[in-house]
Amino acid sequence: MLVLRSLIARLVTTAVTLFGVAVIVFVVIRVVPGNPIAMMLPPGATEADIERLKTLYGLDKSIAEQFAIWLAAVLHGDFGTSISTRQPVLSLVLNRLPATLELSILALLIAVALGLALAVLGTRFRDRKTEAGVDIVNGIGLSVPDFLWGLLLILLFGVLWPVFSISGRVSPRLELPFVSQFYLFESLLRLRFDLTRDLLGHMIMPALALALPLAAIIAQVLKQSLKETVNLDYAVLARTKGYKETRVILAEALPNAVLPTLTLVGVQFTFLIGGTVIIERLFSYEGLGNMAIDAVINRDLPLIQGIVILFAVIFTVVNLAVDMSYALLNPKLRHA
Amino acid sequence: MLDGRGALRRRAGLRLWLSGGWLIVVLVCAAFAPLIAPQDPLAQDLMLGRLPPVWMAGAEPGYLLGTDSLGRDVLSRIIYGARVALLVAFVAGTATCLVGSALGLAAGFYRGWVDRVVGRLVDIWMAFPPVLFAILLIAVLGTGLTSIMLAIIVIDWTRFCRVVRSETLNQAQMDYVQSARVAGFTRARTLLAEILPNVLPTIVALLTLEMGIAVIVEAILSFVNLSISTDDPTWGGMIAEGRISIYQAWWVLVFPLAALFLTVLSFAQLGQGLRDRFDPVLR
Repeated sequence: MLVLRSLIARLVTTAVTLFGVAVIVFVVIRVVPGNPIAMMLPPGATEADIERLKTLYGLDKSIAEQFAIWLAAVLHGDFGTSISTRQPVLSLVLNRLPATLELSILALLIAVALGLALAVLGTRFRDRKTEAGVDIVNGIGLSVPDFLWGLLLILLFGVLWPVFSISGRVSPRLELPFVSQFYLFESLLRLRFDLTRDLLGHMIMPALALALPLAAIIAQVLKQSLKETVNLDYAVLARTKGYKETRVILAEALPNAVLPTLTLVGVQFTFLIGGTVIIERLFSYEGLGNMAIDAVINRDLPLIQGIVILFAVIFTVVNLAVDMSYALLNPKLRHA
Repeated sequence: MLDGRGALRRRAGLRLWLSGGWLIVVLVCAAFAPLIAPQDPLAQDLMLGRLPPVWMAGAEPGYLLGTDSLGRDVLSRIIYGARVALLVAFVAGTATCLVGSALGLAAGFYRGWVDRVVGRLVDIWMAFPPVLFAILLIAVLGTGLTSIMLAIIVIDWTRFCRVVRSETLNQAQMDYVQSARVAGFTRARTLLAEILPNVLPTIVALLTLEMGIAVIVEAILSFVNLSISTDDPTWGGMIAEGRISIYQAWWVLVFPLAALFLTVLSFAQLGQGLRDRFDPVLR
């Protein structure tokens, strides 16, 4: 009962948050100086042109009315038409979403693997030079944002020792047999590992740039809770049974220490997704973020609106999913 | 154990000195740019385009770190770029700190509807991808330094608000706050004279971190060409140009990137160092 009620409460907050996002995006775009019409028209347009466009886009109505009309359309899946490409915003955005999702998930996997490895290493050799080394690596990882990591990686593996591609999602000369936009996933399903390799060669640097700050956070928090757990009774017992220290950490301490890290990973994952905007730009990766910046440069308001709303939906859904899995995994909450 | 802690503190001390030292260098460069810069940062000379740094073959003396494709001196542009970076760091950082801390203090101390409204706003703000939000704001506000600083304030106040709120909540439970109330302090005076000084160390550490974030946000916006005009020297703008000519003239990318990297790292290390220093557990 209690769980159900908190679930409903959580869904309501999510809906309120998304409504708030919609209001803010709508108002920011429409109220701030430089109305959308002025941005759309070429210089030298007549009064009559302006009026015609205003009626066409419903801008002659009040802001509240415009918002109601727009919201009703959005709820029916109609996000309007992009000004620069004259295509429906929804299909443009959905077409690019898989590229960004694949990049974000690859980055998340790298971050978890790297963070886990660092945390276990730091715990295994705690209070020694190795732990101090892990702490320094974490400190640098936390201090340097993804944008800078991206640039450093370009210099290292794009120029000094050119092993990876520094721009694009896939080599343009390749013929792609894909029916979906999930290139990486589909290349695996079709067992076309040659394509998988090419895709990864393009994705590994942007993914790593996104992953490094998150890996540092995971390592820091997980190491902290691992160090608390390895001194608890059951870990000591396992040790007296003659288990090796690494096994004590991996099999006994880790399952109990992982919960605080999980919540953190969820929240931080949304930051990682937010980071794709600039990282995709930096690596000319054809995803949502790159499209967002183009949309801003072209003053394509319906497209900007659609992308921001989609990002907000992803953020809130990820947060919701984290809260749910936390409730499911935490025995204290499960039996409440 | 005691030894370990001593080593930790020495390392932390070194970290503070190194990062503080670099930031002073940047500050001096920004303040006295016209005196320090060897060349005019805007002067173009196509005959001197893409000159390498002085220690490489084909360099010209007087252009220590080489020139970009338009023949502008890289070192001078980095020195002038420090002005934009630090201006944004101090002005936007401080303003963001004031707005966020004020809301956080109010929400944590007065609770009730203030807390609910602020909390809801923070939730909504957390649903925006920050870089995208910044670019959106710049698109409607127009490019320029004022827009950038405004965008940073509008986006990042939540960072202060969340931490200051929870810190204030903690402090408000303490005995000294009860005593102040019993002694007849008004609520406002309790908040400003009793709680604020105890939250201040956290705020200062966060402010230092925020300045680093402001520097990087400005660099990102100049990188996507939404900052000030492309002629004016900014580190982000230089990096964008260097990214294009990376195979012909690596120095156009590497040196501004190094300046940006060290500055952001220094602000972050200083912030972390201050936080550790103020942390009663470590002290």
